[in-house]
Amino acid sequence: METKIKRRRIKDLSFWEKIYIPEIVKGLSLTFRTMFKPKFTMEYPEVKFEPSGSYRGRPVLVQEENGVERCVACGLCSRVCPALAIEVQAAETDLEKERYPEKFEINMIRCIFCGFCEEVCPEEAIVMSKDYELAFTNREDAIYGKDKLLVPVNKLQDRIDFLRQYK
Amino acid sequence: MSILEIVIFSLIKIVLIVGVMLVTVAYLVYFERKISAWTQNRIGPNRVGWHGALQPFADLFKLVLKEDIVPDNADRKIHAIAPIIALLVALSTYAVIPFGPDLQIGSYDIPLLVADINIGVLFILALTSLGVYAITLAGWSSGSKYSLLGGIRSSAQMISYEVSMGFSVAGVLLLAESLRPVAIVESQAGWMWNAIVQPIGFITFLVSAFAETNRLPFDLPEAEPELVGGFHTEYSSMKFAGFFLAEYANMIIASAFIVTLYLGGWQIPYIQELGFPPIVETLLCFGAFLLKMAAILFFFLWVRWSLPRFRYDQLMNLGWKIMFPLSLINIVWVAALIMIFG
Repeated sequence: METKIKRRRIKDLSFWEKIYIPEIVKGLSLTFRTMFKPKFTMEYPEVKFEPSGSYRGRPVLVQEENGVERCVACGLCSRVCPALAIEVQAAETDLEKERYPEKFEINMIRCIFCGFCEEVCPEEAIVMSKDYELAFTNREDAIYGKDKLLVPVNKLQDRIDFLRQYK
Repeated sequence: MSILEIVIFSLIKIVLIVGVMLVTVAYLVYFERKISAWTQNRIGPNRVGWHGALQPFADLFKLVLKEDIVPDNADRKIHAIAPIIALLVALSTYAVIPFGPDLQIGSYDIPLLVADINIGVLFILALTSLGVYAITLAGWSSGSKYSLLGGIRSSAQMISYEVSMGFSVAGVLLLAESLRPVAIVESQAGWMWNAIVQPIGFITFLVSAFAETNRLPFDLPEAEPELVGGFHTEYSSMKFAGFFLAEYANMIIASAFIVTLYLGGWQIPYIQELGFPPIVETLLCFGAFLLKMAAILFFFLWVRWSLPRFRYDQLMNLGWKIMFPLSLINIVWVAALIMIFG
């Protein structure tokens, strides 16, 4: 025997919901209240967003206090880069680390900000910075050489601390 | 007054109304953007001028600079005429809206409307129904499926909502016993506003006005997510600006019409008892009209950013199965009122 039970489903509307107007008034009052709530907009050129250490911005080379880069030009970052954006040319040096990158270029048009270079680096020499303002007017400008990539270590402390949490 | 004076006064009023209307449209667009921003916790345009006050002119300047593109398989003549019809209809309806009582300057007695014709309400209804031609022709002549769908939807929507609109207006006309807008306003003296006397008619008229002006939640002819831009998909530059202007001008006319028919027009209840000099009273009444209009316009914008769009079948359901019977009930209600209270 089939028994018919009338179940109330979620999408069944009650009488007051069916005549629309009370519900519309509810919706309108919600949007009216929202109009006076604080706004979340950051007015960009004047107010800039300061990302936390977990932010992956433009990859940069770490420059020690003595002005020398940490990089030993092993070329791992260049190998792991899925977008083939990094080019490293090694050379010898009299310093303790013996090798240094004579040429280190990142093509910022190719870079996808995946952070693999930073993950694979044995020396913590390439890290993602907080810099997100990247604009070029031609393709040549988009290839960042050592002059643009070297950033003093104290400016990258947030990111380095963040990375060490997971090592 | 001699004929010459009448002509001069009429011309001055026409220039004033058109000028003020165009500026109002510009700032209506600005407020639309501001209110949309506020309801979404944003700030809105604030770069051009003080708090973005010059934004509408920047928008207009951009539109003027754009290339005017006409599709290859468009019917060029109709494609060009459609926005002109839209604008013409939107602008000419202002002629019969009474903005205030007669203004007395010296020996002159100037009515604050361009043409005090005895079929003013019919004139507005007729012209706003003509407005659908602009949209349908634009959709038809563009040679694009999206435009055509938008145009067809528009005509179907207009036919459905024109009926309940007409019947709700009939309730007002029964009470006023006249088609003259001025007489209708005067019949609502004191607190006898039609919105209070016949609330059902007010609601049906308000909803129909939304549908007639193609505003959300009834903006099916445009319906961006499904029809690209609806009837104006293939329009650019100043032709697009024409449609844009007409849409907002229609909103203003709709709110002025609602104020005239249902919210007592320019009247402020019991203002005569305060004993102001006549000129001050006239100006106060004029201000009251503008304030009521602004309130309705704000309501238009507010609803747009609160409610989702109706589906096509829901729109037809609402129009024929709910709005139409409700407007009939309203007529019976008004007739009963007249029977009982005379």
